[in-house]
Amino acid sequence: MSGRLMTLWNWFDSRMPSIASEWRKHAAEYYAPKNFNFWYYFGSLAMLVLAIQIITGIFLTMHYKPDATLAFGSVEYIMRDVWGGWIIRYIHSTGASAFFIVVYLHMFRGLLYGSYKRPRELVWIFGVLIYLTLMGEAFFGYLLPWGQMSYWGAQVIVNLFGTIPLVGPDLALWIRGDYVVGDATLNRFFALHVIAFPLVLLGLVVTHILALHDVGSNNPDGVEIKKHKDPATGHPVDGIPFHPYYTVKDLVGAIVFLAIFCTILFFTPEMGGYFLEYNNFIPADPLKTPPHIAPVWYFTPYYTILRAVPPLFNSQFPGVLAMGIATMILFFLPWLDRSPVKSIRYRGTLYKSALTVFVVSFLVLGYLGTEPTTVWGQFGFDAFFLDTKDVATWVGRLCSVLYFLFFLLMPWYTARDRCQPEPDRVTM
Amino acid sequence: MRAFLAALLILPAFAFAAEGGYRLDHSQHNPNDLVSLQAGARTFVNYCLNCHGAQFMRYNRLHDIGLTEVQIRDNLMFAADKVGETMRVSLSAKDGKEWFGVPPPDLSVVARSRGADWLYTYLRTFYRDPKTAHGWNNAVFPNAAMPHVLWTLQGERGLEVVEHKDNAGHVSLEYKWTQISPGAQNTVQYDATVRDLVNFLVYVGEPAAQSRKHIGIWVLLALTILFVLSYALKKAYWKDVH
Repeated sequence: MSGRLMTLWNWFDSRMPSIASEWRKHAAEYYAPKNFNFWYYFGSLAMLVLAIQIITGIFLTMHYKPDATLAFGSVEYIMRDVWGGWIIRYIHSTGASAFFIVVYLHMFRGLLYGSYKRPRELVWIFGVLIYLTLMGEAFFGYLLPWGQMSYWGAQVIVNLFGTIPLVGPDLALWIRGDYVVGDATLNRFFALHVIAFPLVLLGLVVTHILALHDVGSNNPDGVEIKKHKDPATGHPVDGIPFHPYYTVKDLVGAIVFLAIFCTILFFTPEMGGYFLEYNNFIPADPLKTPPHIAPVWYFTPYYTILRAVPPLFNSQFPGVLAMGIATMILFFLPWLDRSPVKSIRYRGTLYKSALTVFVVSFLVLGYLGTEPTTVWGQFGFDAFFLDTKDVATWVGRLCSVLYFLFFLLMPWYTARDRCQPEPDRVTM
Repeated sequence: MRAFLAALLILPAFAFAAEGGYRLDHSQHNPNDLVSLQAGARTFVNYCLNCHGAQFMRYNRLHDIGLTEVQIRDNLMFAADKVGETMRVSLSAKDGKEWFGVPPPDLSVVARSRGADWLYTYLRTFYRDPKTAHGWNNAVFPNAAMPHVLWTLQGERGLEVVEHKDNAGHVSLEYKWTQISPGAQNTVQYDATVRDLVNFLVYVGEPAAQSRKHIGIWVLLALTILFVLSYALKKAYWKDVH
């Protein structure tokens, strides 16, 4: 730094030394394990996508109209008449799906390397809170284009709250602010999407990172680098400062990610109807229910669980409850896992098989949620227990059970698993 | 409310069974073919823009497809005064509902909701049907509210659907088309007219689509260069990590 800049910095630093000390604490002297692999890109990528969504979101709100008669048109106005509007809108719509892809992979990393295990339980819990907030954020945002899928998707999801015994109907009415999804709903969803939930999300992200930096990062070997410190410096011998090592490494990851992101954005922004549903190019019509209502892909595993549970006393509440438990159960993961080791590298066959079955079930649940229940045809025979003959519903039920068994049986199979001994130090 | 939710959850299953009928033809439109787009624009303003609007599409945007402002004004603007206006029609939604049963939908983004192949097949599969109010029906969209607006070009056609059952009991439908009276165009010409129209509707659905792809190539090139640089930077920094 030149002399004059240095003087300015010193003036600043003597008055507010916390900028420099926070930088040291969280970047320049935050020691991260040196053996991070591919799976460790997705944390910083999630922050990148969050930043992208906030910045593009600000520009979208400059032109978007949260009004039931104007909303659909204002999105088309952004796509056509606003200079660069189409690119901002596509970045935001692609970013929504990218956010979930990155977050799902980030969470899967946690399952692979036991990152939720002691002492990182709080890191995991704040992470799950981020995930749930993100679901809300995505749900509110999806209403805003005011297309048929926006409208009927919101109608279905708000009605889920209506199935809760006693308070349900009043709760649904309170959420909508009207007897059907309408202008009042659009206005409040807009407020929640652009102010409330982003603020909560930012707060949770800060907490997630603070919690992480207090205990230190896990790594693909699942061993604690803080056990071996250099006696001279007091830094972990297997740790390297986050800055510059991981800032330059994550930069490479970010550029590769952006290349994939831009390929979708510029060449197939609808992503075959998964990122932007075709029916959402029809303006919302409260009088015309579309033939096939499917939520956006990132909600579909839970949507299949909802559909898989048969109604009880003519109420869909058991399905709603199952869907709720399916997300809430994630909070308990740190205490369900009884394995002595963290990383999949040193776990036995039981956990490896369980994780594989879980991933396959989750993907099948996700796929089935995008399709009508008749997608795989019907059983050709009659049986007393067949309340529906749709094959897909039964596969959905099987996968839902497997989803829950992964968690419920975890205390049993992780305790019995034949683990290999962990190494003393990380391996490169 | 519970019954309503249950109905919503069950509905998709029923509706899907009704779909799947007529096999769609591939539209094979070329979004880079300006002559085709201009021909499609002509067909659109002459035949569609009497009942259907494209209320988000501005006339002067058509310079995208190689037209000057004067050309647009002289050849395409029958329903507007200023070249900066959007493609609206004077038919009110109320009249539309009275005349057709449903107001004719706006076509700004119809290609994005229906898809090019659907439109291409739909506009080529009208047939005479004395059972409907306006005497026309459609193989892709049964009991469509729209009569065959392009019939002077295609002529009148008849359709007979024959059901075939194979040994396994699977039902397949055979569509037998007959030409009742000739139109101004033969089949090849008419297919081309519809292809041009669909090409134009796809363009109207997303006018920025072509420039989007052009920009995309440059963005990816720039990212490739950035990747090489950042990878070299990472390598240099990580030299001492073992």
